[in-house]
Amino acid sequence: MVELVISGNYAQSYAAKLARVQVVSAYPITPQTSIVEKIAEFVASGELPAQYIKVESEHSAMQACISASALGARTYTATSSQGLLLMHELLHWASGARTPVVMGVVNRAVAPPWSIWTDHGDTISQRDTGWITFYGESNQEVLDTTLMAFRLAEHPDVRLPVMVTEDAFYLSHTVEPVDIPTQAQVDEFLPPRDLQFTLQPGTPTRLGSFVGPDLYMEFRHKIARAMERSRRVFLEIEEDYRRITGRSHGGLLPTYRTEGADTVLITMGTATTTAKGVVEELRERGKKVGLAKLRAFRPFPVEELRELASTVDRIGILDRSFTFGAAGSAYTEVAGALYPTPHRPLLRDFVAGLGGRDITPLTIHEIFTELLAGKGGEVTWTGLKTRKEVA
Amino acid sequence: MTTHEVHHAYEVEEDLPEAPIADESSDTIHTASWRTFRPVILLEKCTKCNVCWKFCPDDAIEFDGEGYPVIRLDYCKGCAICAEECKPKAITMVKEEE
Amino acid sequence: MARLTIPAIELMSSGHSACPGCGAPLVMRYLLKGLGPNTIVTVPACCWTVIATPFPTTALDVPMLDNAFEATGASISGLRAAADMLGLKDVTIVGFAGDGGTVDIGLQALSGMLERRTDGIYVMYDNEAYMNTGVQRSGATPEGAWTTTTPVDAVSRGKAEQKKDIMAIVAAHRPAYAATVNVAFPEDFVKKVEKARSIHGPRFIHALAPCPPGWRYSSEKTIEIGRLATDTNVFPLYEIEDGKYRITRKLGKAKPVAEYLKAQGRFGHLNEAEIAEIQAQVDANWKRLVTLETLP
Repeated sequence: MVELVISGNYAQSYAAKLARVQVVSAYPITPQTSIVEKIAEFVASGELPAQYIKVESEHSAMQACISASALGARTYTATSSQGLLLMHELLHWASGARTPVVMGVVNRAVAPPWSIWTDHGDTISQRDTGWITFYGESNQEVLDTTLMAFRLAEHPDVRLPVMVTEDAFYLSHTVEPVDIPTQAQVDEFLPPRDLQFTLQPGTPTRLGSFVGPDLYMEFRHKIARAMERSRRVFLEIEEDYRRITGRSHGGLLPTYRTEGADTVLITMGTATTTAKGVVEELRERGKKVGLAKLRAFRPFPVEELRELASTVDRIGILDRSFTFGAAGSAYTEVAGALYPTPHRPLLRDFVAGLGGRDITPLTIHEIFTELLAGKGGEVTWTGLKTRKEVA
Repeated sequence: MTTHEVHHAYEVEEDLPEAPIADESSDTIHTASWRTFRPVILLEKCTKCNVCWKFCPDDAIEFDGEGYPVIRLDYCKGCAICAEECKPKAITMVKEEE
Repeated sequence: MARLTIPAIELMSSGHSACPGCGAPLVMRYLLKGLGPNTIVTVPACCWTVIATPFPTTALDVPMLDNAFEATGASISGLRAAADMLGLKDVTIVGFAGDGGTVDIGLQALSGMLERRTDGIYVMYDNEAYMNTGVQRSGATPEGAWTTTTPVDAVSRGKAEQKKDIMAIVAAHRPAYAATVNVAFPEDFVKKVEKARSIHGPRFIHALAPCPPGWRYSSEKTIEIGRLATDTNVFPLYEIEDGKYRITRKLGKAKPVAEYLKAQGRFGHLNEAEIAEIQAQVDANWKRLVTLETLP
């Protein structure tokens, strides 16, 4: 094990290298670019014996990965924002064809207006595409989760593509100390791909095909069931990762100081670290508050959330994205998950940090104050600049 | 009716492969019912030039032991390219009964 | 029995769903005869998506991958990269796309594949419209042709624009090999495919595939109309190898283009002046091609 002080982007690059990816196909976009630049260096030096297809668009990047994966290669790509949006058609394709592509995405706001800063709108708007999706809090977590992503995607009970996301600039470009596992550790953790459901020369098979109304639903249900199985599989994989490296990051919905809490804030990505500090401060003041991190957005940690909700009175959701005409995206999913439970805590939605607006400890304090006092079902755009009274 | 004998019946989710992979040959599908006319080869005029076989879009012509072309009636769609291209005019199109 | 003039091997099954007399299965049939069994075909949305028949059957005896409409060029690159990494170095990777999926929506990905020098073959089978969706015009539809989006009526005389010259676009990328082929000339077709197979680097084949319902003629005329396309110089047969042009079929005197146009209902509305204009364009294009052939 080696400790390097690296960015979240380089954490992805090192993970892809250690995972022995065979085909990388990528297109540049800020702030993802240094992921694939580092991979290009690894390939150029011979450290990573892979093919790097320098495609002419992200749409082509994902197609190239899917096709390479269909033949049996281990594939990786990375993108952000507009590039991810351009890939949208192919994201559906990757899950529909059951190709275990792994992709790093740097969460960045979508245009117009142009913004290169962090926002979850790009990845959240892909939540229907059948990709297992993780939101990273630290560079260490990004590296570890990316390695787990390959094994999860390729697992025979799953066979779905996996997206590992990180906040723009806070993780992508900020350096932190990261423990890099050895190649031997990763080889023990991540075996080569099995070639079931791939195309093999000499066998007359067609991957993709077309169906009428009589069978499409059944193919889609297979994806639904695979996504459900991925919950258990991920926990098993992370346990094995912990066995080999000593590290785990708490499953699909890690919690922080929730013992005895009556009020919990749900966060995603780097705002989590800031919020943990505020939780500590409030706890010292006697407030029974805690935090839960949506580390996985797909599969959505329904059971874990219901278990947590059964013990608390108030849940605030910190959304770094918004579904126009509804509410903050994570809020709508939490509300949907908790609706069938007998004990429904009060829910409040706090939309903050869009387009890279800084989420400071002050922001989190404001959120907790409102959460502890406010009514349920309200949506607050925290920190919105307005002359009006904030509703 | 088009007949389609598959080796496995795909009726419910459990019958399907995990990924959308098709691996049975389409020659289990008989497209005979598509045609209104079928080609009839007059062997006396046939010079065994193979042009009919060459231009058939459905690979619906094979050869018998003496090298004469034989229409594979399970598949012939009656497009009449063979009749059109046959130089000695050994192929005529005959209306299917019905 | 006369010696077969093209390989006997069949790598395309019967029972496929092509219309009677369709040129597209002939393109696939001749292509695979030339490429042999160690081939993988990647296919976007096009007639062949449907011709290959629905789940659970497939009409090819080689592996086939469905790819997104725009992305055939990228799919070829992905398959090639994987094949090389997996030790499948001798397998031929072929993209098989329609005209719309190539000259319109697929142009960027084709350009990328050629620019990257991907070692693969891109085959565009050209029935000169979006036929799978019911005969809408594409960039490859010839001037004057009726389609559902270029109807013939008071203010419209079929497609107003000339056919996009995809071979010129491909040639600008300096491919290792590019060629036009025609289902009416199977020997020339297979010979060019075999040549393409023996060359490494980015290769492109433009195959004319007459379409009875879309071009509006009776199905038995597919080969005759294909023949007329070349013999009137509308669709010349030529190849480009390392930049050198070579015309592979030259008649002493080309037939008048009117013979080709009048055989198809999609041109049935054209008056003498319009036919003369088309003849002038065909003559100019042919003259340009003959000039290109003189270049080293």
